[in-house]
Parts: sequence; C-alpha cells; structure tokens
Amino acid sequence: MANKIRVATTSLAGCFGCHMSFLDIDERMLQLAEVVEFDRSPITDIEHCTNCDIGLIEGGVCNSENVHVLREFRNNCKILVAVGACAINGGLPAMRNHIPLEECLNEAYLDGIGVENPKIPSDIELPLLLDQVHPIHEIVKIDYYLPGCPPSADVFWKFLTDLIEGREPSLPYELVHYD
Amino acid sequence: MSKTITIDGKVIPFEEGQTIMDAAMAAGVYIPHLCHQPEFTPHGSCKLCTVKVNGRNCSACTFPAADGQDVLNHTEELIEDRKKITQMLFVEGNHFCPSCEKTGNCQLQAVAYHLNMLDNHFPLFYPDREVDASHDEVMVDHNRCIFCTLCVRASHEKDGKDVFAISGRGIHKHLIVNAESGLLKDTDVAATDQAAHICPTGAILIKRTGYQVPIGQRIYDHQQIDQVSLATEHPKHGE
Amino acid sequence: MRQFIHGIAENNHYQATHLLQILRQIQSRYHYIPEAAIEQLSGLLSIPRTQIISVIEFYSFFHLTPRGRYELLISDSITDHMLGKKDLLDYLAKKLAVAVGAVREDGLVSLENTSCTGMCDQGPAGLVNGYALTRLDRSSIDKIVELVNQQKPLDEWPKELFLVNDNIYKSGLLLDRQMEQGAALKSAFKRGVKATLAEVDKSGLRGRGGAGFKTATKWQFCSEEQQSVRYVVCNADEGEPGTFKDRVLLNSYADQVFEGMTVCAAIIGAKQGFLYLRGEYLHLYDKLQSILNQRRQNGLLGTNILDQGLDFDIEICLGAGAYICGEESALIESLEGKAGIPRNRPPYPVTQGYLGKPTVVNNVETFLAAASIAVNGGDWFADIGTEKSKGTKILSISGDCARPGIYEYPFGTTIQTVLNDCGADDVLGVQVGGPSGTFISNQEFDRKLAFEDLATGGSFIIFNSSRNILDMVHNFTHFFAHESCGFCTPCRVGTSLLQKQIDKIVEGHGSAGDVVALEELCQLVKNYSHCGLGQTAANPIITTLERYPDLYQNRLKEISYEPGFDLDGALTTARRMANRDDAGAHLAQTDAFGSRPVASLPPSLAVGE
Repeated sequence: MANKIRVATTSLAGCFGCHMSFLDIDERMLQLAEVVEFDRSPITDIEHCTNCDIGLIEGGVCNSENVHVLREFRNNCKILVAVGACAINGGLPAMRNHIPLEECLNEAYLDGIGVENPKIPSDIELPLLLDQVHPIHEIVKIDYYLPGCPPSADVFWKFLTDLIEGREPSLPYELVHYD
Repeated sequence: MSKTITIDGKVIPFEEGQTIMDAAMAAGVYIPHLCHQPEFTPHGSCKLCTVKVNGRNCSACTFPAADGQDVLNHTEELIEDRKKITQMLFVEGNHFCPSCEKTGNCQLQAVAYHLNMLDNHFPLFYPDREVDASHDEVMVDHNRCIFCTLCVRASHEKDGKDVFAISGRGIHKHLIVNAESGLLKDTDVAATDQAAHICPTGAILIKRTGYQVPIGQRIYDHQQIDQVSLATEHPKHGE
Repeated sequence: MRQFIHGIAENNHYQATHLLQILRQIQSRYHYIPEAAIEQLSGLLSIPRTQIISVIEFYSFFHLTPRGRYELLISDSITDHMLGKKDLLDYLAKKLAVAVGAVREDGLVSLENTSCTGMCDQGPAGLVNGYALTRLDRSSIDKIVELVNQQKPLDEWPKELFLVNDNIYKSGLLLDRQMEQGAALKSAFKRGVKATLAEVDKSGLRGRGGAGFKTATKWQFCSEEQQSVRYVVCNADEGEPGTFKDRVLLNSYADQVFEGMTVCAAIIGAKQGFLYLRGEYLHLYDKLQSILNQRRQNGLLGTNILDQGLDFDIEICLGAGAYICGEESALIESLEGKAGIPRNRPPYPVTQGYLGKPTVVNNVETFLAAASIAVNGGDWFADIGTEKSKGTKILSISGDCARPGIYEYPFGTTIQTVLNDCGADDVLGVQVGGPSGTFISNQEFDRKLAFEDLATGGSFIIFNSSRNILDMVHNFTHFFAHESCGFCTPCRVGTSLLQKQIDKIVEGHGSAGDVVALEELCQLVKNYSHCGLGQTAANPIITTLERYPDLYQNRLKEISYEPGFDLDGALTTARRMANRDDAGAHLAQTDAFGSRPVASLPPSLAVGE
C-alpha cells in the first residue's frame, strides 16, 4: 500500500512512558496498521526517517543528539507533534534547569556518594548536555501538542483518527490533562 | 425598576455596589478568574476576568456594574487572549503538573483545561525559586506562585495576621513571609489558617494531605471549573 | 544605629506614610537597609516587617545588601547611549576595578545602571549617592575615580561635576516672565475662588502629564466630593525618558508651581499639599525647601494665607527610583509609604485619593500654567493654541540636534518648526512623548503638537540618519521590562517576553514567524495591561513596525524557525568539563535543511485521496 500514512516516533529526553501509553490503544493498533505504516520509531528498526506525514516527539531537548534527531524529524515530517509534558514544557528533566550544569555533572560523576573512579565521561560518541533542558517548540516549529504525563491512549487515538480522517484535530475536556 | 447589564446579550440584574463579576456569578454566568474569590477584597491582577464593557477592556472583578452596560464575556477573541494570559502564568513559573500534589485540584490548571490550553506558546523562563518546607504542617513551593495575593488577603482579612506579602518588582516579584529568618516555621501561620488553604495552585500546601484523593478522581478531572466555581463560590448556585 | 533610627522615626511622627522618606535616610547613612533597622521600624511604625521589605525591594534606590559608600549609577537613557554612554561605563568600570552591578571588594564603591535621570540635554549623566552628575566624559570620570579612591566627601568634590543647566532656548507664554511671588493668589482672592475656577475652565487648560484631562473639571469634581479633607498633589516624578522640563521648572519657576498648588487648594478646599519629587532630582531638594520656608515667612503658606482664612501647606516627598510612580494612583500609593502599584479605577483619585480622600494630582507644568492663568485670566491662555489644545507646551528636546534643552511652543506647532529651531538636520525620525509615545518618521514632520494629533508629556528625542532605530526599540523595551511593577500578568510577564522576542530579532536569531509572534504579543500587552505602563510598553515596537516593516523583516532569516537562545553556547560548560572540542561537540544555530520553508499542512491526510 503506497498511500499509507507514514508515522515516525521518537523519545528525546523522555522516559518512553508516552510510547507505552500509545501502545495502550491495544487492539485499535490493528485498525491503525491498516492505514498507517511506521517509519523511524522504537517499534521499528529504522534508523532515520524519510518523507513522513506525522512525527510524534516524546521528551524535551537535553543534549546535542536530541537537537539532531529533532531536526531530522522536522525536516522529514509534514506534521510534527509534541507528545507529553516533557516535549511541551521540558517536564521532569527540566527540573534540573535551576541547578548549574557543572553542579549536576560534579554530583553525578565526581562528588556523589558511591561514585567510583570519578571522571567526567568524555567520548566523541557521547552527546554533550545542554546547560538547560528545553521544550521542543523552542528548537523547531511544532504543529500540534498532546499534553499529559503521559497523554492517555485515547488522546493518541483521537488525535490520529482526526488527522487520518481529514479533521482538524481537537481534544475534548476529558482528554486534556497535564498529569 | 431594577438596574441591569447585559452579558453576551443576556440581561442580568445587579444591585448597587456590585461588580460585573458579582452580578455575573449571581446570574450563573462564569467569567474565568484566578486572583478573585468573592469573600475577599477584589484585586484585579491576573486579568483573566477581562471582559469588554461598552467596547473597552475591564477587569470584571473590580469594575462596578452600571445600568445598561453591554458586556462581552464569551467571545472568541477574549477566550483566545485569556488562554495566552494563562500561558504567561505557566511560563513565568515552574509548573510541572505531574510532580505537583495539587494536580487535578489546581485552579490554574483547571482554567487552562477550560480554555483548552494544549501548549505553553511562549518560551519558558525556568526561574530559580525556592521551596520552604521548614514548617511542620504548611509548606510553600515558590515555583508555583502566581502572585494572586489570595494568601496575603486571607491572612490579613480573615486570620487577623500578616503572614504573607508580595515583594519585589516586575518579573522579580515574589512571595515573602513575616519572619526575620524568612522561613515559614518562624511565622505565626497555622494549618487552620484560611491563608494556608486558599492558594489556587500548589504553592501553599498542607503537608501529608496531598494524596488522600487519587489522581484521576480529583475536582477538575471530570468537572469543568466554570461549574465548580459557580457552585462553590456563589451560595445561590451551591444549593 | 538604634538611636539614629529612632530619631528618624520620631522626626516623621512615627507615621508609616513616611516610610519612603525614612528608608531614604537609612539607605543614605548605611548604604543599605540593615535587618535590625527593619525590625526596629516595624515596631516604631506599627507595620509588619513584610510591608517594609516589599517597599525596599520595589524601589531601585533601596537595597537589602550593602552598596558602596560611593554609589555610582549611570543613566541608561537612549540619549545617554547616543552620547557614548556604553564606552564611558566600560571605562569607568575598568578604572574603578568594579563590575557593573557589583560592589568593589573593599566596599568603597558600587556601580550600576539606572533608568533615565532626566539630564538628557547634558548627558551622559549619572548619580553619586543620589546627586546628579552631568556631562560625563573621560576626564571627569578620571576625576571621579580619583575622588572616590581618596575617599573625599561629596561636599568637597568640584562643583562643576554637579553643574545642572536649565538650557532654556525658547520661551513663550509661561516662561517669558517670572511671576511676582503671591501674584496668582492675590488675583485669585481678588476675583474670588469660584470665579478663578471659571477662568481656569475658560482657559481650556488640560493636564500636562500627557493624558490631557481638563484641569478645571478635575478640580471641580474634587471640590464637589462630600468629604472635608482633600489633598493637592504635584506630580514631579518626571520619569519618562527624554523628559526634563519639570526639573527646569522646579529649578527656576518653583515659586509659581507652589502658587498654582495653593490656588488649587483654595479652590478645592485642601489643607495639605505634596510635591512628589523623583529621587533623581535630590539636588533640588534643599532649594525647594528653602523656597517653601520663604513662602511660609511671607504668609503664602501656612495658616490664614494672605489673611484670607486659607490654611495650606506643602510637603516635599522624594521618590526612590520607580518610573511607575509617575502614574497618579501609584504615586499616591508611594506617598502613603507603599510600593508604587497602580490602583484599580474607579474610584479615581478625585473621589478617593491620598488616604482615601479626594485628591487632585496634576503635573508640575499644569500648576505652573494654572498660576499664570489665575493672574492673567482664561482668555489670555485660550487665545493661543488649537481648538482642543489651548495654550503652550513646554518641550524637553534631546538627541541629535545642535541645541538640546527646553522649548516652549504654542500648541499646533509643527514638528518641522521645532526641528528647525533646535538645529536638527538629517533627521531620521523623532520619538515624541518618550518611550510610551510615538515614533514619527521624516515623512510626518508636518504633524502638529496637540492633543488632537501628537499628544506629549514633553519628551522629544531626535534621531539622525546615522542611528539604528532597532537600538532605540531595544533600549525602550528593556526599560519597560525593568520598570513594570509586576502587578498584572500581561505587563509583568508580557514586558519580559517582549524583551526576549526583540532581543532575538535584534541579535539576528529571528525567523519567519517571529515578527508575527511579536505583533501578537504587542497587542496582548497593550490591550490587557492594568495601567498606562503596560498599555504603552509595546508602543516603541508597534509604532516602528508600522513605519519600518522592512527594518524588522531584514533582520529575519529566511528559514522556518530558529531557537531564541544560543545553542552552541549552551554546550560550553559540557564541552569544558568533558574537555572536548571536536565537531560533534558543537551545534549549528540552524541546520543544513533549515532554509526549507515551513511545510504547509495538507488539508487532509485521508487515505486514498
């Protein structure tokens, strides 16, 4: 089916909780699979996304790799969606934002209780941390937002079916939660 | 003949001395608000209750009703702008609902739900603010304060104390407490004070009570703030 | 210290309304407000300590931590910048070995920026321990640094450092002649106070602060209130950047201003008046006090004035660095010893003002004009000007012109006439009415000074074609964010957001949607803010965006979106700690595909379509 809607998903500075919640649409996944095919996503093995219709982003931006992935999604998805509290406002990872990064790294790798072989990791394979965690709308343009920690399975279902059926997506009161 | 105003075309009677908010609530018309509670002196600072009175923006909670006023409340423009004002309140503080025990009972959140606010729209400030957990029974999380001054007014007007005040200027505004140490434990606040219960957000909390009602079963999880507000803040509708 | 503070409190009759005046003296003596002083004052004035702290933290000139024994503040008005302020400040910081915003380690000196000090015609300007410094240059700075390091007391500093000139270049109806002391009162009593009010009415005089409410109507309303106690307040909190005419009026025409206040008192039936003098004009304080004393001695103030049974006196209250106190209800709050937060209106000050009593608040220039009208009659004034704007307007002219200073013009004068008189050529545009006013371009110089066209409190800043308009917008937008009182959400958060958004565009990080977002935010702040500050805070952006849309568009990158913060800069700490500098340790501000335009959303994604 060449005309299936291509959906890509990823988790940046998130916990994959939003992805787990997505999977909670349960048997409706089969219905979805009839009209949707997954491109880059933890549920496929595709490493890079190309020419997608919808990109679902979980998590905020905490390091350089997050920036690269987010840009790849923006450049390859017609519609980019911020999914969950962390993508929308940085969420729990952003609670480090009032602590200087130097202190965070010192605590984690040098001075913290139980740290062995204290050393700041340094390897070109490792992404570097930004001094603050940012919501994704501060890095690229975002088209839709699905709040919640995580958004419930019904939120994903309502949003995707709206889009697929050509309606402007909207969430009724019961589906809008920030917790 | 009694005097009336119209709100969105609906004729509403009022008594001399009533504000537009008073008249609206008595008539069962909800106007979004956060810094207003009918039992305290109106403050007029959050600006969520902005309505158009004869074409001019006014705060419904402080503006006196006058015969023949044509008030617009539920218009697309006002709703959209109130949403942006709510987003301003979210970005200036640190409002991480998933980690807040007030979630589901929080009026800031409830107004945002009511206005169908799905994102923050503006860049976030991530201000550096403290948590004061020094007191045995009451705590202050400054990250969530929206400067509505309800605690200031409650402490002064109802509790006969002056535990809280707003200090600073502009974006550096902050809540302070009445103790040399600056800590809540050294004030005369008590868990029975109205001031300790009035906070519309999770900035002032009574300790060890946060999870008595599970998330998902809280006030605004299924009920919109317009209904809750009319039922609880205006006695006639609570019957 | 206990004794010192007790003495001040006693001199102020233990009145909490005098809190600002008390704190000014403590700040001046100790260079901060010590904790012990707060505790003691709380007891002496019977107010909660929180009220004292909230006042200290509201006003720029009060501090909870020590400032230097020499506290240097450098004016940050756009006019100071146009005169090379930035280089001078850097030079001063280097010479003093203290960072801007800091106190030197030895505690001797501190350095900081401050909002416009009202010396725009003789800047770059500053304040040392509250006293005005003018015409700063490298040689005067060398001198100042030397004096500070020698710890010379201020009264031993050379007088020329503090020299403030009037610079009156054009006088008219009001400035032409000095009135004889008592003349206005004598005329008023002779004519009768009711008849004098009628003359003020006939003159068509409107408030000179900018808003233009009819003066006689205001006085009439106040006099009709069913209260026995009423107040007269003169608003000399001249904080609008680019305005300094009140400083000149109080320096050279103070008698007439006080006389105008006294005439007002006679008309409305007030016993007490206040001159709210902005803290930046501390240098005028002693002189004004001696004029008041002289007036008392001459029977023009005090009890039974001119044997006409009028009891009236005037007290001078100094501000402490808050632009918002120029708003009349904020000014009244400040007079009451509180933070300057504008009140909800109604009620208006004429019905409930100072201490809840009917109060007339007028600008310095308004009282000056009222005194002249009392002498010369209403027609004398109304014969000049336009239909809705009678009389003359005194302008403070600064910026790019040969003769910056004070100019008095009949209403209806064109901008071009003003520019010709002050020696301005190659003009790009003029900011009329200060940051909260309007920027007009060189296509509009036939416009007129009048309430029906260009209303102004008197600020007139000229920009020549070498200037960058966005620098001005940037300066003004930061000013409003700094001066927002923080009471209402749209102004408190909105002015900070405007600052962020304008920074983003000025620094070249703006992209396609950023000007649209800026316009939207401007409207929000303008339409929903509580008072005039917020309602006009977006004016510098709105008025320039209207006239120079390309100026903004040219700053934008042709890409869909760019972050508002420095991405690569945000990796600096991590790079340093991981000791890395490879390509992977850096981020481009925009990506290679960034030039791609924003994808338009497909109307429908329905399968099969």
